[in-house]
Amino acid sequence: MRHEISILIIGLFVVLSTASVTAGILSMRAPKPLSATLVNLTQRINAWWVMVALMTVAFFFGRYGMTILFALISFAALREFVTLTHSRRSDHWVLLGMFGIVIPFQYWLVWTAWYGLFVIFIPVYCFLLMPAITALHGDTERFLERVSAQQWAIMISVYCVSHVPALLTLNVPGFEGRNLLLIAFLIIVVQGSDVLQYIFGKLFGKHRFSPNVSPSKTWEGLIGGLVASSLLGALLSFITPFSPLQASAVAFIACAMGFLGGLVASAIKRDQGVKDWGHLIEGHGGMLDRTDSLVFAAPIFFHIVRYFWTV
Amino acid sequence: MSKLALRTYTLLQTVTSVGLSAMAWAVTGVRPIWSGSQPSDRQRIYFANHTSHGDFILLSACLSETERAKTHAIAAAEYWGKSRLRRFIAEDMLSSVLISRTWTSEAEHPISIMLSVLEQGHSLIIFPEGTRNSSDELLPFRSGLYNLSMARPDVELIPCWIENMSRVLPKGQFLPVPLLCRVVFGAPVAIAPGEERRAFLQRARAALLALDPRPDRDD
Repeated sequence: MRHEISILIIGLFVVLSTASVTAGILSMRAPKPLSATLVNLTQRINAWWVMVALMTVAFFFGRYGMTILFALISFAALREFVTLTHSRRSDHWVLLGMFGIVIPFQYWLVWTAWYGLFVIFIPVYCFLLMPAITALHGDTERFLERVSAQQWAIMISVYCVSHVPALLTLNVPGFEGRNLLLIAFLIIVVQGSDVLQYIFGKLFGKHRFSPNVSPSKTWEGLIGGLVASSLLGALLSFITPFSPLQASAVAFIACAMGFLGGLVASAIKRDQGVKDWGHLIEGHGGMLDRTDSLVFAAPIFFHIVRYFWTV
Repeated sequence: MSKLALRTYTLLQTVTSVGLSAMAWAVTGVRPIWSGSQPSDRQRIYFANHTSHGDFILLSACLSETERAKTHAIAAAEYWGKSRLRRFIAEDMLSSVLISRTWTSEAEHPISIMLSVLEQGHSLIIFPEGTRNSSDELLPFRSGLYNLSMARPDVELIPCWIENMSRVLPKGQFLPVPLLCRVVFGAPVAIAPGEERRAFLQRARAALLALDPRPDRDD
């Protein structure tokens, strides 16, 4: 596995360095003061350096590193979601439970690889018990809205995100001890697809995909990004249990889901009247702005691998 | 106090203040929005909306370490002076200043206590609503703000809107829900020549209310 990890780290270093040098040259040549797009581009690339560094550190701590890192990502994402959506004074205990019980318990299930409960704890137990607690409090004002906001909050920020470290619990014959590479594959392909869609959109974008939901998404960006990231998936098949063709198909599905995740996240933000989820990551917005695609891609990727590649 | 005791005491206050600010950031990711004023070492009175015990911790977490060391929150003696432990937390750990609503002697007069803090060149955090507010409306201001400003017109009055704290730690709860918070610092408010008390208090209240970044939200 060392060999593959070295290649990935060198590859990411080369890509980020190229991006930084390109942005530097563009900024030097551009008229001053710099345009907002260019300033934002530089901020985004700088944030990428930090994120890749953090991921790499967590990677070296293996199962511990991944579980803790994604529990923290869930925390940051859930905080952004709950801040943005409506809640009332009587929701205090349910909200506390989401942070204090649901996150630790779900990641404990990931840690102990208790698959049976991992997949139903949130969609069955939490989805039934949380509205029950809210009803017991007797406050029915905007009840359905509050309850659905809470359910969507833990669905997106906790349940979906926890499927990334859960990839470590899968038992793929002939791939033992190398599951970390599945996480690397998923993240590189999905986040790479975001970047590629952004680049293709900025270079060739003409036809808006869905002007009502997200003005920045274009057909050109989508198609270019999906094709390029499927190729990227095939290129990375050497770190996976997939053949190149399978890898590109899996990458295509994950990235298409990722695109839909971004679209749904945009719809929620638009509904709540904000542009970004938060301000945690300079140039990108909040944690959910960066992970919205991963959130939708992770469970599907997990179940594809589980269904077709495990025993 | 002996030299050692004094040092321990200062250390306790520094550790508490840094620790609390770090905790405020971990829970609420608090960030200051300077909208009309800038961070400064000038002597100031920060006045803010009040919904939660966490309010002044959040506000002081937005100040620099040196500013924080010489900024004191004004708290009610009726609550914080009730037991020795509470008094220790309020006065020694949080270096806040207690005032009583039912003062008897002139030395206990809230305004003279606050003025004596200003005399030392320090800054204040006050909550002119006078109590933690659990309604959705900002309450009318007490006159303290006016009296302080009449006595010390050289001290800047900075309105500070604390966002979301009523959801993080509502009155009556003791465990905070981690939600993102911002503190919006507005432009200084000063008494206009000849302005009478009530008009000034209403204007100061309006200046604070205008900083609410989400005025249309009903939560």
